[in-house]
Order: sequence, then C-alpha cells, then structure tokens
Amino acid sequence: METLQYRFERGDKRLASAARLVGVVSSGNLEVLIEAAPLGGACTIDVTTAATGFGAIWGAVMHDFQQRWQLADVRIAINDMGATPAVVSLRLDQAVATMLGEA
Amino acid sequence: MRSYLESTARERLQHVLDAGSFEEFIGPAQRIVSPHLAQLNAPVAFDDGVAVGRATLDGQPVFAAAQEGGFMGGAVGEVHGAKLTGLLRRALAERPAAVLLLLETGGVRLHEANAGLIAVSEVMRAVLDVREAGIPVLVLVGGSNGAFGGMGIVARCANAIVMSEEARLAMSGPEVIETANGVEEFDSRDRALVWRTTGGKHRYLLGDCQAIVPDTVAAFRAAAIATLAALGAGPAALSVDALEREHAMLAERIARFGAMRDPLEIWRALGVPAPERVPLLEIDAFIAAAAAHRLGES
Repeated sequence: METLQYRFERGDKRLASAARLVGVVSSGNLEVLIEAAPLGGACTIDVTTAATGFGAIWGAVMHDFQQRWQLADVRIAINDMGATPAVVSLRLDQAVATMLGEA
Repeated sequence: MRSYLESTARERLQHVLDAGSFEEFIGPAQRIVSPHLAQLNAPVAFDDGVAVGRATLDGQPVFAAAQEGGFMGGAVGEVHGAKLTGLLRRALAERPAAVLLLLETGGVRLHEANAGLIAVSEVMRAVLDVREAGIPVLVLVGGSNGAFGGMGIVARCANAIVMSEEARLAMSGPEVIETANGVEEFDSRDRALVWRTTGGKHRYLLGDCQAIVPDTVAAFRAAAIATLAALGAGPAALSVDALEREHAMLAERIARFGAMRDPLEIWRALGVPAPERVPLLEIDAFIAAAAAHRLGES
C-alpha cells in the first residue's frame, strides 16, 4: 500500500452539501469520499492505493482534476485498488457532480 | 429497467427503498474502517463494505442494510458485522415495521478470522432477537456473489427471502465443495450445475426462498412490499413449533432427495413439467410451472 497526499491552494469553488461516497473498492476501481471542510481555501486529496510506485501519474491526474474544478475548502479521500488514470478522473468528476446534485 | 445484479449496494438502497428516504448510520465520512486489513497492508473501504440505516418502504418506517459485493466479495469483517448487529439491536429500541437485509456476501472475511466468525454469529443472534420482538426480518438476494457461508445461515434465520434467478444461496460455495470433496463431487466450473444447485429457481422450488423475481430493482422493491404485507398476518417470532416443522421438512427432504445427484432429478421427482426446461423459463412462466409442485409455504 502507498499513501499519497496532495494540497491545492487558491481554488474558488466551494461545495455545500453533506459528505458523499462514490465508487467501490474493488479490482480496478476506487472509492472517493468528498466533503466540505475548512481548509483555508485549499483542496486536499489523500490517496491510499494498492498499486505502489505510480506517484507521478497520480500527481498529474490530481493536478488536472483541480485545474478542471478549482475546488476550495474541499477534502477528498480515496481508497484505490489499482484503477487506471481514466477511471480515477471519471470517479473524481462523478464525486463533484454528486455534490452539485448533477449525478 | 435498472438491474439489481449490476447495481452497487448504495444504488440498491436508493431504488428499493422510498426515493431519498435512506438515512445512514455510521456513514463513510466517519471512516470506521477495518483495523485488521490495515495490519495486513490490504485496501480498506470507508464503510467496510456495508451501508446501514433507516428509511421508509412504501411509507412504512424500516431499517435496512446493504452489503457491497464489490468490496472483498461482501465478506463480513469485524466492523462490517458490528454495523449489522448494531442496526438489528437498534431496531429493538426504535421498533421499525421491518428490517431489510440486502445480502451479497461470501460469508466470513477470512482475513479477520475469529473476529469475522464471531461477528456473523452475533448477527444471527440479533436477527432472532429482532424477530422475537415481533419485527419481521426480510432478506433480499440478487447480487453476483450470492449469499454464502455464515451469511447464508443468517438469510435462513430471517422470516422470508426474496431472490432473483441469478441469485445464489447456500452454505459452502462451489469452490469450497470442490476443494474439500473433489471435482467428482462438485464441478465448480460447471456454471449451469452451480446455478441448478444454488440458484434462485432451485431455492424457490425447495421452498428455501418465498419469492422469486426478475433481475430488476423495481421487482425486488415490489416483492419486498408484498412479502412484508403477507408476513404482517403472522407472528414474526421463531417458535419451537416452526423450528420442529422445519426440521421435519429437512428430514423429509433428505429422505426423498438425498440419493439424487443433480437438482434436475429433484425437479422431476417434484413433478415439475419438463424439468430440463426449467433453467430456460422466464420468471412468470417459471412461477406458473412451479406453483403446483414447489415445497414450503409461500
């Protein structure tokens, strides 16, 4: 198992609703827990993954995600069982869409 | 039509129960995860593979739990089991009209060994306590992992079981039987044999489940409402009489069918017309064909 932590500052999109969980921790899949939290305007993402050694790819996927959404005061936690980068991106977007009531 | 088989545990709760009514206890944001899996350096889930809470079903207050088959095959660890037991014990205090258990599980989570075994036995006791308090317990089985092991026993401790044809219900799973007794005893790769032996249609013909439905969330919802209405007429508690009737039924079953090698022979012995056609029948046609021949009480 590998733990990765990301923190992005200077976002501007806040999410109001209660914590949501999307996805399932199964082979090639992941769960994303998303919640509003007072983080001084930051968005933090904690990843626990069964696939070790892919930190650079995770970093790129997380960076792209924050570029898309510009989240602020949002805490995200991920339990991953070897999902591909595309699946991770889709789950993260699903998590935000669920918070926005669009999913 | 939304497939029950292909839905996640949370989607099943959302669509079987009244829309928007599910209120979760100990939700994933509380991060009550398995302490054992972390020690083994294995992935955890924020809900430990089960969602529990209160809701309404057709306007009636109910408690409900749904196991997520995608996470470790829905297997029961210490936290997962404690959530089920806690839900059932809380039902004793709050007295909902019923408790629904949406099971999808291989049984005990072997990573958690004794803690998982104890958890399953606690769930069994709690189910019987809830029934003793006059609250019916209804089990729905329709996931691809079926309901096996100790949770198969839990299912049979409930007042009634609703299954789909795709669902399976048994004690030992196919691979376990093959490993223990050899491929001559049971070929776990023969999928048709596995479903003939453990699948919804066989369980319905033997009277082990009370309703069989097509694989849609809407059908499970309708069957849950209808089954609870039917249960409302009788006592929820397990009586000594009922237990003795069950034992007599099982003894008779062994006497009648014990020497048979394949469920097909049992269906023939029950008088089901064209038994070899049973696996091919749509659910409505199957229920009609089974009506005069199935065992047990509906």
